[in-house]
Amino acid sequence: MRYSGLSILRNALSGQKHWAPAWREPAPKPQYDVIIIGGGGHGLATAWYLARNHGITNVAVLERSYLGAGNSGRNTTIVRSNYHIAGNEPFYAHSLKLWEGLEQDLNYNVMMSQRGVLNLCHSDGQFDFYARRGNAMRLHGEDAVLIDREAVRGFAPYLNFRDERFPIRGGLLQPRGGTARHDAVVWGYARAADSRGVDLIQNCEVTGFRIENGRVRGVETTRGYIGAGKVGMAVAGRTSEVARMAGLRLPIESQVLQAFVTEGLKPLLPSVITYGMGHFYISQSDKGGLVFGGDIDFYNSYAARGNLPMVEHVMEAGMAMMPMIGRARVLRSWGGIADMTMDGSPIIDRTPVEGLFLDGGWCYGGFKATPASGWAFAHLLATGESHETARAFRLDRFATGHVLDEEGTGAQPNRH
Amino acid sequence: MRIPCPLCGERDLREFTPWGDAALMHRPGFDAGPEAAHAYLHLRENPAGPHRELSYHELGCAAWLVVTRNTLTHEVMGAALAGEGAEGGA
Ligand SMILES: Cc1cc2nc3c(=O)[nH]c(=O)nc-3n(C[C@H](O)[C@H](O)[C@H](O)COP(=O)(O)OP(=O)(O)OC[C@H]3O[C@@H](n4cnc5c(N)ncnc54)[C@H](O)[C@@H]3O)c2cc1C
Ligand SMILES: [Zn+2]
Repeated sequence: MRYSGLSILRNALSGQKHWAPAWREPAPKPQYDVIIIGGGGHGLATAWYLARNHGITNVAVLERSYLGAGNSGRNTTIVRSNYHIAGNEPFYAHSLKLWEGLEQDLNYNVMMSQRGVLNLCHSDGQFDFYARRGNAMRLHGEDAVLIDREAVRGFAPYLNFRDERFPIRGGLLQPRGGTARHDAVVWGYARAADSRGVDLIQNCEVTGFRIENGRVRGVETTRGYIGAGKVGMAVAGRTSEVARMAGLRLPIESQVLQAFVTEGLKPLLPSVITYGMGHFYISQSDKGGLVFGGDIDFYNSYAARGNLPMVEHVMEAGMAMMPMIGRARVLRSWGGIADMTMDGSPIIDRTPVEGLFLDGGWCYGGFKATPASGWAFAHLLATGESHETARAFRLDRFATGHVLDEEGTGAQPNRH
Repeated sequence: MRIPCPLCGERDLREFTPWGDAALMHRPGFDAGPEAAHAYLHLRENPAGPHRELSYHELGCAAWLVVTRNTLTHEVMGAALAGEGAEGGA
C-alpha cells in the first residue's frame, strides 16, 4: 500500500483498523542470490538498493533479533557531512544528498529535519582548523558557514559565554545537516525492500559459514542452513564476532557508546550543537527531549550498556557548554556497541573469502552514512567493484598504510 | 566497574587508562616483516567474552596491569602486574 495524505484520511475515518502490515514475515527459502547478515539500517538499505539500482531481488536480510535492534535504533540521529579527508568527504556528501530525497524514494516519513549542525570552537587554532575543514567541505560541493562568537550568541544565547578557560571563539555551521528519526529510517528501508520481494527474516542468528574451496556457499543459522551466491556482513558492533566465523581477524575493537534523553521541553535548540572542548553533542527531538551524548567508554565491551564515570563526564561537559541543561531531568540512558576501527573510518570491501563482503567499522558515526553505505555496498555486491564514493574504504588500507585517520590519533580505537 | 590492582587493592574504574588487548605486550622484532607489524598494530581478536586488556593505573600506583574482564557482562575476573607472570593475550 502506498502511503499518502488520502490513505491517512481514509484510515482515520475507518478507525485506523485497516492498515496492512508494513512488511511480510516470510520463512527462509533454501537458497538466495544474496544474503545480508544484519537487519540494521545498513543491511536494509543495502537490500533496498540491490533491488532498486540493480534489480536483484532474490535477497534475504537475516537479523538475530528484531529489525533495528542494534545501533540503528540506539543512536542520537545526527546527519551531517562535515569531514575533511578526501577519501571520506565525497562519501558523506553523497549520503546527505540521498537523505534529502529519501522520503520520496521510500514513500516513508523518516522525519528528516535539516535543522543544521553547529560545531563550536574555543581557540584561534581550532577556528583556523574549522576554516580549513569548511573549505574542504565546500570544495566537495557541501555547505559550510564559519561564524564568529557574536553570531553563535545570536544563534544560542544560553550557551556558556563566560567560560574563561574555554571561551566560545566561533563555530562551523552546516545548515543542511540535522537529524532524522532513526527507527523510521529502519522501517522505511524495511518496507521498501520488502515491497520489492526481499525476505526480511527476524530472530535468525547467523552461527557459521559454509565455505568450500575458499568460496562462501551459505550460512548456518538458528533457523537452519541457508544457501547463497553472495553474502554481505552488516553487523556493526558484532563485526569481529561474525567475521571470525569465516576465519577473518579484523582491525576492529567493539566499544560501548552511551546516550541520554531528558524529559520533553518546549522548543529550545535551533540545531544540533557540539562542544569543541570535550566530546559532547546535543539536539532536541521532535517530542522535545534533549538528546545528548559524548565519548565512548574507552574499554572493549559487548554489553550495550556503559558505566557511571562516563555518565558523569558527559553531564559535566554538558554543564560546561550549556549550564541551563542542569535544570532538565534525564529520563533514560542507554548504550550501543560501536565497531571502532584502527583509523576511525569504515570498511566497505571484499574479504579474502570469495563471495563474502564486509560493510562495517562505522564506529560511533554510521547513522548518517546509512543511505550511502547501502548504496555503495549494494554496488559492490552486485558488480564486484567498489562504488566510486567508497573506494578508499578498503580492508587492506591498514596493511598498505593508506589509512583514513580524520582525527590523526593513530591505531588507538578508543581515542578516535 | 572496580579493578583489583595487585598493589593498591580494589579501585574505581576512573583511576585506570585502558590501552587495548594485552597482545600489545608482544611487539614483533624489526626482522619479523611487514605482515607481522601490521597484525600487531591493527588486528585484534576483539572477543565477546573474557578479554585480557592492558590497563595503566594512572591515578594510583602507575603500574601497567593485565586486567581480565568479560566484555559481555563487564565482570572483572582478575588483574595482574604486566610483565610479572601476566602473559599477554594470544
Ligand atoms: C549511542 C550511540 C549514538 C550514536 N549516534 C550517532 C549519530 O548521532 N550519528 C551517526 O551518524 N551515527 C551515530 N551512531 C552510530 C550509528 O548508530 C551506527 O554506526 C549505525 O547505526 C550502524 O548501523 P548498522 O546497520 O551497521 O548496525 P546495527 O543497527 O547495529 O545493525 C546490525 C544488526 O546486525 C545484527 N546482528 C549481529 N550479529 C548477527 C548475527 N550473527 N546474525 C544475524 N544478525 C546479527 C544485530 O542484531 C543488529 O540488528 C551512534 C551509535 C551509538 C551506539
Ligand atoms: Zn595500583
